[in-house]
Amino acid sequence: MTASSLKEHSPEVTARQSAMSILTKAPPQDLAVAWANLSYEPEHTVIRPAETGLVMVRGRTGGTGAPFNMCEATITRCVIALEDGTTGFGQALGRDKQKVLRAALVDALWQQPEHRSTIEEKILQPLADLQEQAESKTRAEVAATKVDFFTMVRGE
Amino acid sequence: MSTQATASIFARAPAPGFSDPVHNAQSVFRAAMNAMAQPGTIQQLSDLALTPPAPLSVSATALVLTLCDYDTPLWLDADLAANDVVKNYIRFHTAAPFVESPAEASFALVANTKRLPAIASFAAGTSEYPDRSTTIILMVEDLKTGQGVTLQGPGIKTEKQFSVSPTPPVFWQQMQDNSRLFPLGVDVIFASDHQLAGIPRSSQISGLEA
Repeated sequence: MTASSLKEHSPEVTARQSAMSILTKAPPQDLAVAWANLSYEPEHTVIRPAETGLVMVRGRTGGTGAPFNMCEATITRCVIALEDGTTGFGQALGRDKQKVLRAALVDALWQQPEHRSTIEEKILQPLADLQEQAESKTRAEVAATKVDFFTMVRGE
Repeated sequence: MSTQATASIFARAPAPGFSDPVHNAQSVFRAAMNAMAQPGTIQQLSDLALTPPAPLSVSATALVLTLCDYDTPLWLDADLAANDVVKNYIRFHTAAPFVESPAEASFALVANTKRLPAIASFAAGTSEYPDRSTTIILMVEDLKTGQGVTLQGPGIKTEKQFSVSPTPPVFWQQMQDNSRLFPLGVDVIFASDHQLAGIPRSSQISGLEA
């Protein structure tokens, strides 16, 4: 996908991307808790059973150099369809099949207007809050070890 | 991508593929391999709970799901190429790119034998790379009746009677021409509902009724 086509995404697509991003980054146990809180098991068909594979991670030196293959990463993906034909896609690093299945179900329910606000409120927002907490904790820990190096300016 | 386009792509879900992708694909691959190794023998495909969109048959779909991936350009006959449900199904499950020209295809899927173009129009490979040829997956009604031929060659002890229906009128003459190209040429897999049979380029075809 080129940079220009990314820019053309509608707000709907951008919103779905951020929802899927939250699901992907969520630790499996957090997603399991949030899913249990929803207490709703939608009827669904698995159209691509959860499967684990590898993707090539590519990097650029300093963000601007030539791309190179850095490593392979394990991912798991799954696609389901709800009864009305809405498809939900889940994929995440790691090999947790239950997690990607739940992520796919949440993605599909999110696309249904009647379920979106419930999903946002009961699953996405709590997960986003947890991720924000974890991130600020890490930031605080890193900040506590910050060292400033001073060098004397030589009077040349 | 507009919201409408996104909605239309994702609104209708494709039918499920293999329920057990690894083992199903392995058993179908084995059947296809045996069909090629023993030309003209009928291989049974069983226990495949596939529900492909019409007009695809279970066996032809199983072959496509097993053999095709993003690396294998796929050519569809005119009826299938006009069928968005079929194309979405194959694209979703295999990610195979569709090609317009039969000569660029690694695999060709033909649902209606009347729509089969001249066999010479498919890729026959090159002398350096005879493997860069098309494998035609031809959907047929059955592998018992129809115009019979006699096969000889590698994988056949003496000779093998083979019949398939329906076949286009000049099909067997074209297949004879194809086998003369050996080591170049195309390979054909016939797929009836739950059965497969193969005729590789190495098989000599005789016994045509004049």
